[in-house]
Amino acid sequence: MSKHGIRFGLAGLGCLGALAHAGVLPDDRVDLLWHDYDGGGIQVEGPSVLIQKKITDDFAVTANYYTDLITSASLDVVTQASAYKEQRHQGSLGFEFLNGKTTYSGGEIHSVEPDYLSNTGYFSISQDMFGDLTNVSMGFTRGWDWVGRVNHGVVQNFHQSVDRRNWQVGVSQILTRNSLLTFNYEATDSEGYLNNPYRNARYVSSSGIGYTYEEERYPHTRTGNALSLEYKYYLPYRASIDGSYRFYTDTWDILAHTFTLGYTQPIGQSWIVDGTVRYYTQRQASFYSDLYPYLNSQNFLARDRELAAFDSVTLGGGVTWQLPITRYSWLQRSTMNFRYDRLSIHYKDFRDVLIPSEGPGTEPFYVLDANVMQFFLSAWY
Amino acid sequence: MSRGGHWPLALLLGAAALLLAGCGAVQPWVKPYEREHLADPIMSLNPNPVSSTYLDHVFETREGARGATGGVGGGCGCN
Repeated sequence: MSKHGIRFGLAGLGCLGALAHAGVLPDDRVDLLWHDYDGGGIQVEGPSVLIQKKITDDFAVTANYYTDLITSASLDVVTQASAYKEQRHQGSLGFEFLNGKTTYSGGEIHSVEPDYLSNTGYFSISQDMFGDLTNVSMGFTRGWDWVGRVNHGVVQNFHQSVDRRNWQVGVSQILTRNSLLTFNYEATDSEGYLNNPYRNARYVSSSGIGYTYEEERYPHTRTGNALSLEYKYYLPYRASIDGSYRFYTDTWDILAHTFTLGYTQPIGQSWIVDGTVRYYTQRQASFYSDLYPYLNSQNFLARDRELAAFDSVTLGGGVTWQLPITRYSWLQRSTMNFRYDRLSIHYKDFRDVLIPSEGPGTEPFYVLDANVMQFFLSAWY
Repeated sequence: MSRGGHWPLALLLGAAALLLAGCGAVQPWVKPYEREHLADPIMSLNPNPVSSTYLDHVFETREGARGATGGVGGGCGCN
């Protein structure tokens, strides 16, 4: 089957900022970012613009525009389809309304791709309490997605949908004059066409290469639970360290742990450097297999790398330079920022079929290394 | 519903009442004038939202886990 490309990771979320924190509206600021991801035969780059503006003392709006310019010749594309280029555009508009110690926030996110449209609405309430030491927030997100299919630039007669519902609860707690703790819980529920319409599973056959591809089949529902804790501590010599942990499990039997450690160090009045280490590990989905024994061997079939078992380590660092203000009185401060992250994923049951081997199922496990760079300007006004 | 069916609700309401009764007695143990360090930009949990949003997006399109990042997500067919 000829396909335009393989680029889906269904239910992948493009996050948009943080939930509201009561008591204080966000600062007026503008961020202009250029991002670049390069790894595994995929390059994704593009701009992101974020504007936050207080309209009155108790009402603020946030707008974001984000673009992915994608050039893909990933392992899946090379083995099952043809390289492609395409774009994704995402826009969002949100508000925050402050009433005493309560903040109401909401908004809409709209994402457009040639074969995927998404609309998301969200609303949250947060409340400061106990002398503003504690902040409690609750949120609900609802999404409606359309899934299509494109073949060599031509949209096919293929129409599917996905319904998404997320519930969030968060608590931020000041522990001491030098430390903070946050807790977040999120339940996620997706229904509909959760497949990747381009990717295939493979099974052992008598063909020349010893295996053949068949269409993937996913369950039509997925419910997940995620729980995270983050701790941040101010060191005696003006620096900070932070650590976080997230636990995730879902009805597809994926179970994941995420650990992050970070360190932030100001240098003089104008520079801030930071470094992070992130470790992630996950168990495979119950119906995932790199190689099925025969055609239609299970009700559900998947060979998406995102559902495989793997470990990943990300090492990152950033530099912030506070620019001297010389000309504009309306500009309070501005910074120039650069960040680099090195992502390395070691799959435990996803094999690299491009490497010659003695037969199907004996290929070496795939390793993905990627460079992720960000350059951005931030201005507070 | 039988009379016994109300016990969980009664216990829940009782526990909530006890907890809320305690709220008024809580005194902030970190006074506002002691929060200088917490107000330092290096203690911000999300100092660069445009950057952290992007990185979350990079991870979520390559991993099975999602959620509890303190952010709100929109749908996308990315990978």
